[in-house]
Amino acid sequence: MSAPCYELHDVRKAYGGKTVLAVDHLVVHQGETLAIVGPNGAGKTTLLRVLNFLEQADQGRIWFEGSLVPYPAPLHLRRRITTVFQRTVLLHRSVRDNVAYGLGLRGEHDERRVDQVLRHVGIEHLASMPAQQLSGGEAQRLALARALALRPDVLLLDEPTANLDPPNVAAIEAIIGDLPLQDGITIVLVTHNLFQARRLADRVAMLLGGRLVEVAETARFFAGPEDPRAAAFVRGEMIY
Amino acid sequence: MSLGVPLSWLSEGVANHELWAIVLRTLQVSGTALAVSALIGIPLGTALALTRFGARRWIVALVYTGMGFPPVVVGLSVYLLLSRQGPLGGLEWLFTPSAMVIAQVVIALPLVAGLTMGAVESVDPDVRLLLRALGASPVQEALGLVAEARQGVVASLVAGFGGIISEVGAAMLVGGNVEGSTRVLSTAIVLETRQGAFGMALALGGVLLALTFLVNLMLMRLQGTPWWSKG
Ligand SMILES: Nc1ncnc2c1ncn2[C@@H]1O[C@H](COP(=O)(O)OP(=O)(O)O)[C@@H](O)[C@H]1O
Ligand SMILES: [Mg+2]
Repeated sequence: MSAPCYELHDVRKAYGGKTVLAVDHLVVHQGETLAIVGPNGAGKTTLLRVLNFLEQADQGRIWFEGSLVPYPAPLHLRRRITTVFQRTVLLHRSVRDNVAYGLGLRGEHDERRVDQVLRHVGIEHLASMPAQQLSGGEAQRLALARALALRPDVLLLDEPTANLDPPNVAAIEAIIGDLPLQDGITIVLVTHNLFQARRLADRVAMLLGGRLVEVAETARFFAGPEDPRAAAFVRGEMIY
Repeated sequence: MSLGVPLSWLSEGVANHELWAIVLRTLQVSGTALAVSALIGIPLGTALALTRFGARRWIVALVYTGMGFPPVVVGLSVYLLLSRQGPLGGLEWLFTPSAMVIAQVVIALPLVAGLTMGAVESVDPDVRLLLRALGASPVQEALGLVAEARQGVVASLVAGFGGIISEVGAAMLVGGNVEGSTRVLSTAIVLETRQGAFGMALALGGVLLALTFLVNLMLMRLQGTPWWSKG
């Protein structure tokens, strides 16, 4: 067996004295889609920032493919991982230049790749538009295309379909669902949509107050989580 | 006085070799000062916007003070610095274009650095995280942020250029308004006015305005998609 994609030990992060992330142990397997669910403020976004090595944990250790990763993480490692953020941020450039940007940072200028991902997410007809003029759904597709252009080994998705209408949700889910088949990519998908987790994930982890209260195969997670708080969350009950 | 007077002066001026020499010298002195100010001020302003270190507060306070510094006081300081008894007297730069460049850098640099700092600071903080997630190295990250702030950064250059090309106090003090060597448009206007040659002064004023306008048009071209930060 090869080493897991990620292994986290005792990873903690606090903001202003308040602990927002306290993960005792988490493994992300190579090529799996792991959904992270949990209420607002649970620490999901913070966990993704740590996984992309954008933010330093206050303590704990993170292994990537079996190697302990220092902070700041080496650039070549960071470049194998990318995030689609919860709030879409577009550069003040054309749609095409937004997609080409990350490749440009790597010294690659691959017009065909850019065209390919624009077509893949269905916005090739908007290529020369200023990115700021896109609608919400188009902007989210662009954010996804910009990440996919890099052919990342790890794709971190932070609520990629929040605030989208059903057709856009379906389209984006279809693209995400097809990725593992094509590229063997590892995906960590943060979502507050349990149905989405069920549709897309191999395993589901639940964060509550920065702690992992349940991590299980998707079917088992939804059949009957062991943790009572996770069970309540699955039943759609309010939890604190 | 009719409008015909300045116009006739101007048409005479166009044929006048010294006028063109003055225009060229004005562009050389202020262009060099702006280039030096941009080369130092844009990285400095960007660094002040993106880093937090102990002495930062003091440097920022210094930059802000410099933004409102009276040019004539800058001229006086540079004069004392370069005068025969001054610490840099050995250079013998007083009353040369080099002295004017130094004074103009002291005037323009704080404007460029301070306004660049403000522009970079006002870029959406999530852009920084995005650039990192796309794989930017620290230098690429800074360039990417300057690119996002380009409207404001170009405005800082426009402000810096405006502050020096029309400036007269410092140019007079350290340049001396020497014909054929340090006379620039602004000091020439003062001279012509003093001599009662209002037509020529007005004509020179028109040339100065036109020149500033043209340079600003050129600077505004930089506000388009930046070739220097394609990523
Ligand atoms: N940069 C930050 N500075 C201060 N507090 C933060 C910061 N980022 C997140 N937090 C806090 O950490 C907690 C977890 O946030 P987050 O990870 O965004 O949760 P989630 O994505 O699950 O909604 C929240 O209480 C939030 O206010
Ligand atoms: Mg979040």
